Order: sequence, then C-alpha cells, then structure tokens
Amino acid sequence: MAPGTTAMVKDTILKVDHLSMKFGGLMAINDLSLEAKRGEITALIGPNGAGKTTVFNCITGFYKPTMGMITLKRKTGKEFLLERLKDFEITKHAGVARTFQNIRLFSGLTVLENLLVAQHNALMRASGYTILGLLGSPAYKRAVEASIEKATYWLEKADLIDRADDPAGDLPYGAQRRLEIARAMCTGPELLCLDEPAAGLNPKESLTLNTLLRSIRDEGTSLLLIEHDMSVVMEISDHVVVLEYGQKISDGTPDHVKNDPKVIAAYLGVEDEELEQIEEQLEGGKV
Amino acid sequence: MANPIETNPGGMAKAVREGVFAGIIAFFMFLLYVGIETYQDINNALVWRTRWELLAVFVAVAAIGRFLTVGFIKPHIDRRKLNKAKSGVLEISDKKSFFHRHFLKFALVFLLVYPFLSLLIVGKQGSLKYVDNFGIQILIYVMLAWGLNIVVGLAGLLDLGYVAFYAVGAYSYALLSSYFGLSFWVLLPLSGIFAALWGIMLGFPVLRLRGDYLAIVTLAFGEIIRLVLINWTVVTKGTFGIAGIAKASVFGIWSFDVGAPNNFAKVFGLASSSVYYKIFLFYVILALCLLTAYVTIRLRRMPIGRAWEALREDEIACRSLGINTVATKLTAFATGAMFGGFAGSFFAARQGFVSPESFVFLESAVILAIVVLGGMGSLTGIAIAAVVMVGGTEVLREMSFLKLVFGPDFTPELYRMLLFGLAMIIVMLFKPRGFVGSREPTAFLKERRAVSGSFTKEGHG
Amino acid sequence: MDYFIQQLINGLTLGSIYGLVAIGYTMVYGIIGMINFAHGDIFMLGGFAALIVFLILTSLFAGIPVAILLLVMLLVGMLVTGLWNWTIERVAYRPLRGSFRLAPLITAIGMSIALSNFIQVTQGPRNKPIPQLVSDTYHIGEITISLKQLLIVAITAVLLFVFWYIVNKTPLGRAQRATEQDRKMAALLGVDVDRTISVTFIMGAALAAVAGGMYLMYYGVASFNDGFIPGVKAFTAAVLGGIGSLPGAVLGGLLIGLIESLWSAYFSIEYKDVATFAILAIVLIFKPTGILGRPEVEKV
Repeated sequence: MAPGTTAMVKDTILKVDHLSMKFGGLMAINDLSLEAKRGEITALIGPNGAGKTTVFNCITGFYKPTMGMITLKRKTGKEFLLERLKDFEITKHAGVARTFQNIRLFSGLTVLENLLVAQHNALMRASGYTILGLLGSPAYKRAVEASIEKATYWLEKADLIDRADDPAGDLPYGAQRRLEIARAMCTGPELLCLDEPAAGLNPKESLTLNTLLRSIRDEGTSLLLIEHDMSVVMEISDHVVVLEYGQKISDGTPDHVKNDPKVIAAYLGVEDEELEQIEEQLEGGKV
Repeated sequence: MANPIETNPGGMAKAVREGVFAGIIAFFMFLLYVGIETYQDINNALVWRTRWELLAVFVAVAAIGRFLTVGFIKPHIDRRKLNKAKSGVLEISDKKSFFHRHFLKFALVFLLVYPFLSLLIVGKQGSLKYVDNFGIQILIYVMLAWGLNIVVGLAGLLDLGYVAFYAVGAYSYALLSSYFGLSFWVLLPLSGIFAALWGIMLGFPVLRLRGDYLAIVTLAFGEIIRLVLINWTVVTKGTFGIAGIAKASVFGIWSFDVGAPNNFAKVFGLASSSVYYKIFLFYVILALCLLTAYVTIRLRRMPIGRAWEALREDEIACRSLGINTVATKLTAFATGAMFGGFAGSFFAARQGFVSPESFVFLESAVILAIVVLGGMGSLTGIAIAAVVMVGGTEVLREMSFLKLVFGPDFTPELYRMLLFGLAMIIVMLFKPRGFVGSREPTAFLKERRAVSGSFTKEGHG
Repeated sequence: MDYFIQQLINGLTLGSIYGLVAIGYTMVYGIIGMINFAHGDIFMLGGFAALIVFLILTSLFAGIPVAILLLVMLLVGMLVTGLWNWTIERVAYRPLRGSFRLAPLITAIGMSIALSNFIQVTQGPRNKPIPQLVSDTYHIGEITISLKQLLIVAITAVLLFVFWYIVNKTPLGRAQRATEQDRKMAALLGVDVDRTISVTFIMGAALAAVAGGMYLMYYGVASFNDGFIPGVKAFTAAVLGGIGSLPGAVLGGLLIGLIESLWSAYFSIEYKDVATFAILAIVLIFKPTGILGRPEVEKV
C-alpha cells in the first residue's frame, strides 16, 4: 500500500482488544477493538465526543481502562500489555510517544532544551544516574553530543533549527505543533500517537505537516493519529478507524471509509435524502 | 470640562477624594488597635487608655499617602511608561556595564576578604558583629534558600516545611556529637545524608499530591518534626534544647576550645579571642554555599536538572516523555533536604545550642520568601534577596540612633518582623517575579539568550 | 462513656471555631485559588477587637447585660475585620491577581507576619487575660456542659445557616458560585467579579472574627500570635474536608476539633497536634482531594 515499504506482510504493532472505559455512569468507550500495523499511518476519526482522545489516553496510560487489553509489539518481538504499565513506562519501555490536543510544551525552556528533556532516559543512563555525569565521565560527554545531534536532526526536519535557542512559549502556534512532534520523536518511539496535529493550522502549515508525518513513517515509526481535518486524514492515512459513541462503526482504507454510509450518517447525523435537502438549502444561501 | 493641558484638575479632585476615603478607612481600621492601648495595671487587671495622637498619625499617613499616589506618583509612572513607549526604547538594554558583567567575580572576591576587611576597619571586638551577625547569618540563609530553590524554584514543588530538614541536620549534629563525640567533619556529611533520607521518607507518600495539598502536608510535616523535638524530652531535652555542643575544628588539626593544647590562637601565638572561630566559621559556610551553588549549576545542566525544570513547566508532558515523575520529584526533594541538613549541622556548630524555637514555621516562610523574592531559580537573585531581607532586618538592630528620634522607649528590634512582612508585600507588588525574573538556558546551539520570566511557569505545587 | 461524651462536647466546641475559620480559607481558595495565609491573623484581629470592645464597654457601662456585651463584641469584630480583609485584598492581593501564582502566596505570608507583629507592637507582646464572661455550667449525670460551649455551638449553627442561605439562595451567592466556576465567563456575563471577590473576603473575615471572639470567650485570653496555630489547624480542616467545599470546611473543622480533644483525652495531650497533622497526611495520601473535595479528573 504505502510506497517505500517492503513487500513482506506487515505485522501488527498495536492491538486493542475489547476495550471499555467508563466514567461514572458514562460509557466513553464500549467494547472497542482495533489494530494498527507497523509502518503505517492509522487514523482514528469520529464526531466530537466519540471517545477518540479517551482511546489515546488509555493507550498512553493516562487512563486505566475499565476492561480490555492493549498489546504493543516491539520490533524485537517483545510484547507489552499497556494497560498494566504506568504512563511513563509506556514511553520508556514500550516505545510509545504522544502529543496532546492542547499543546503541552515546556514553554519556559528553549526549543533545544525541550528536545533534550525528551531524551531524558537515554541521558540518565549515560550519566550513570547523574553520578558519572557529575564526575565528568567521557561516555556521558559523548552521549550529550549525540543527544544534541539527534535534537538538531529533528529540528531540521521540523524546520525549527533557526529558533533552537528561543523559548518554546515564544514560537507561533504552528511551530509549537511541530516542536511537540519533534519532541515526541526524540524519545525514539516505535509508535507515535498524535492528538489532532493539524488543529489550528493554516492550509500551508497543514501541507508541511503532511510531509513531516510521511517522512516519520518512512523512517520506520508507525503513527496513530486523531484528526478532524479530512484533507490530512485522506491524504496521508493508510488505514482509518471510525468511532461513534465509543464504538467502532467502520474500519478500512480511506476510500472504503469515505464511502461507508454509516460514516456519512455519523458525521452528518441524517439520512441521505435529508442530506440532499440540506445541500439544496445551503446552495440557496439559507440556514 | 477638565483642562487637558494643565495639571488635570479632575485628577486632583479624584486624588483628594481618594485620600479622604483612605483616611476614613484607616480611621476605622486602626481605631481599636492603635487608638486604644490595652495594658495590665499594678493589680494585673487589663485596662485601657487612648492614643489619639498615634491614631491621627496613622490616618494622616494613609490619607496623604493615598493622595500622593493617586495625584502624583501614578500619573508620573504612567507618563514615563507612555514616553518610553513613544520613543520606542525597550526597557532592557543589551549593553551591560563592566561591573554588571563581572558582578559574580567581584562578589566572590569581596566575600573572601570580608572578614579581614572588617578586622582591619573595626578591629577584633567590632568584627564579631560584622562577621557573625551579618556575614554568617546571611550566608546561612543564602545556603538554605539555595537548597530550597532546588525544590521550589527548579522542580516547582511548593514546600512550606523546609525548616524540618534544617532541624534534622541541626539535631543530628547536636545529638551525635554530644552522645558519641563524633566530630563536625564526620557529622556534616552525615547530617546531610540523614536530612536527605528524611526528605525521601516524607516525600514518598506525599509527592503524588498536587499543588496546595502538597504545600499543606509539607507544612504539617514541618510542624510534626518540631512538636516531636519539643515533646520527646528523653532524647532532645524538649524546649530546654541541647547546650554545649562541640565546636568545629580546622579538620581536627587546630581546635577552638579555649583549654585545648592545639588551640588555634595558642598555636599561632595570637591573643585569645573568639573572633578566630567566627572567621573560620565564615569560611566554612562560604565554602558550603559555594558547594551548593556549584552542585545546583552542574545539576541544572544534567538530565536530572532539566527534568526538574520540565516538571515545573508541565508534569503531564514529562510523563508522556517517559520521565518517572515520582523519582524525579523525590531526587529534588532529597537534594534540597540534603543542603538543608548541611546548613543545620553548621548552625548547631555555630550556636553551640539548638532548641525547637529555631525551627518554627516562620523560618520556612522566610526562606521561601527569599527564594520567591529573589526570582525562582536564579542563584544571584536569591543571594541578593537574602542580603536585602536578612541583612536589612539585622541592620535594624543596629539603629540605636533611632532612639534619639523616637525616644528612649523605642526598640527597633520590635519592628524587625513587622517591617520584614511589609517588605515581602511591597517587593512582590512591584516585582512579582522577584529580583531576577529571567532564566538562563542550560544548553544552546548558537547563542545563549536568557528566557524572559513571562514564559516560565511556577509549577503546579 | 460519660468521659467520652464529655470529650465529644469539648471537641465539637473547638471544631465549631475551626470550622468557622476554615470557611474563610476554603471560600477564598475556591474563588481565586489562593491560600490566604493571613486568614489566621484575621481571626486573631477579630479576637483582639472583641477584647478591646469588652474592656471599653465593661469600664464605661458597668453592669451591662452579658448578652448585649457579647453581641456588640462580635458585631464590632465582624465589621472591623471585614474592613481589614477588604483593604488587605485591595492593597496586597488584587494587584497580583492573574500574575505569577506564588506571588499572592508570598504577600499573604508577608501580611500574616506583618499583622501579628503589628498587634505585638501596638498592643504589646504579653498575653491579655479577661475575666470569665459566662460561667454557668449544666450537669447531666457526670457530664458537664458549660453555657459558653452551648453558645459557641449555637452561634456557629446560626451563622452557618445564614451563610448557607447567602451562598445558595441570593444573587450574591450565585455570583460567588459563578465566579468560582469560571471567573472570565462570569465577568463576561456581567458579574462584577472584583466586587464578588471583595464580598467573599469580607464574609470570610466576618466568620473568622466571630470565631476569634468566641475563642477569646472560651479560653479567656488573647495573644498576638494566636493567629498561627488555630489558623494552620483551620486550614488543615479546610484541606481535610476538601478545599473549595463549604460543607467540607465545616466537617473538617469538626473532625479536627474531635481528633484534638479525643487524642488529648485518651493518648497524650503533648502529641495532639502531631495527631491532627498526621491524620491530615494520611487522609490526603488515600484521598488526595480531601473528604468532600471533588475528585480531580486529570485533563489531558
């Protein structure tokens, strides 16, 4: 499907089985199962309140699901049951990184520092949990150089290299979005989860984002994204899952999903005949 | 209506109105507390008398102060701001003076020669005051504030019970040296380690609390430790405190005990004086401060230090990057506590006496105030704040000339804490981010530029 | 059993006082998210106002009925401390609203230090004893209830009712609740936020002043540093009950009062405050938002 990947059958990187999440009496996710393949961009779409972000929060450990199993398989073949891990362990051990719907940068740190914080675990190990680092071990110095190189690599990719020494809070909105993605990539993830990466971007920024996401995929990181911007979803996704009221209503290629009547009904909340009527009214300039 | 070119009579009328209003408010606020004085007569019964003159002074100060603020000071400030905006000059100029650039070097050299300078100028007896009350006293607070800065300024965890670790350090030294006769140089690191362990023990259960809950629990722990020190009389001798704590020696080579054969003054053939011990202590605390600063600066550039600052900025983002926030908070708490412990054992060696009196909440508040007034995270700012706030209140003790102005009953010490409290309020009102509000980045690609305080966050707790 | 009931009554009396002070903490926290450290000292100012009014009235009008005396003491205390807290909010807290979060906390701590030292300077550092105001006691079997205990509980109950009515049934209370939920939105909808916050400070101070007056009546002594320990305990009560929750503050106050008197009675009087703080820590560890606090859903 996606160009540039090898012809072998793609294995599953993330498998969500019968996931349910209850908040008080509200069933936010109801018996949801889905899969994301390695080396693909999987999009999670659905109307507002469908439970997309909740699924994300379950996968990344910010919520503990009421029921169900979330399995992540790393390249090494090692499997992790994410619902049993703490949020930071999911990033640290299972190689899952995420961004947030409301951007969460370390706004008082510089752009470069943001990317160095993301390499915390690797640097901690290299610094012998601070002790060797304080003693000035050469291995730690090498690790620091490597971390700055890695940061520089992602700064260039995200087109932020000129702003490396500015405070992250000083960047314009679109650049903050890209920085958050670059920061997540600096943790060295195998699965990158993006919560509405294109929200609030103008069409031009949206295009640059598409290029960035594709190149992340082509370098071997699988992506899972929530998105409202259909131009992004249809353009770059290899696989789309549609949620409504916490349940899966459609699952397949972008083309398959686009033409699924259930999806159309879910998005517009009306039958086809009524849809035509509405369109006529719209053309008539009413509403 | 109002003439815009002249000195705005409408503004004047407003100033008068506000001034009168402030006077009325002040009259009712101070009527009972200032206008009436309660005191006990010869029969020990509580009686009262009036103090109308003093009340009049209070009311007048409030009214005139408000009048001047509204009528003159505020328009002046506004005009200046407007002019600045018009001329397009930014408040920050890039060119720093020679003194400004080399401020730290000057400060260090000054501190190194300070005891000798005071010996030269005011002689042995006079130096006691300058070395001890000013030098050592201020440096202890600098060290404590730098220690707390790791917890509050870097990691963004609001700790209202920091004095507990100071107490642990002080009592560790006092008890272990009186019961086991261990020396200062053995106990100094041990006290730090004990305080750090206490930090971990207390921190572990509570660090998952957020914000103000953490603040109140740390306050509670501070009080618990103080109350235990008061009531566990078998070991701590309660409110009587532990007296006769051994002095520190110069690494065991020279002693400052008067009777000892290796007494410092005797060995060098100097006239016996307690000033040598004070000067020695001054250098010890200076070294401890420098150690604290060095470790803080180094740690900030290490992954752990960056994780602390990241934690202050956004805890959830930290967790999403695989950072174990509990461990990160604990290390901040323990590191801060360790420096508190060092300072505590130094305090015990300096005083020769410890009692729970020295470890009340007010101390925690003063240390926290110094950290915030200095500008959270900035070592220089915090040191300046310590000099201003602690040195300022010490200066007040010296102002005996005020007795000539206010009469012989006037004791300036009484006003020390009152003025300290008011100073805290005033500094915060004018500089909410402290003396130094900007932050030095810990790494850079091309150039190091300070991050303006308006971007940094203050942590969730 | 009688002993237990006796301690229960003592605990309730003390708890009423803590509860009244705790409301001030919790309201201010709820509405502007700040720990008003000076609130304990407002309580102390209330006690001193009552003390001074007591001295003036008893010396000018000998034989004044106790009921009127008590009423005037508490009313004057409410007015004066209300005025103080209004001014403090205007001068020291309002300019910092929306600024750096620790700044108002530091000014509040500074204010607390300044207020207690102000009273120390103007009224002297010594404890101020006053004669017993009400000394009647009633005996039910082995249990002794003093009239002042009954008065404290009754006054607290009446105030709580008035207060509950204001918060839940009046436009002012609605404005307060709206401001607490979302200050910006409330302002957009025409709530005078500044005024609402001012009124909140005045109300909190008035309740603390009554508590201060009753504390004076109960113990018969006032001191400039009376603000700290009761203040910290009342704040502990507010947190224990769930800060921001008004019923929580009262519940927390009563609990702290009960813990204190029961611990003193059955274990050791020296460690009563240790017990209070330890229970606070334990409750928060297992229920991080306090007993009646809304569970905090982490918004990601």
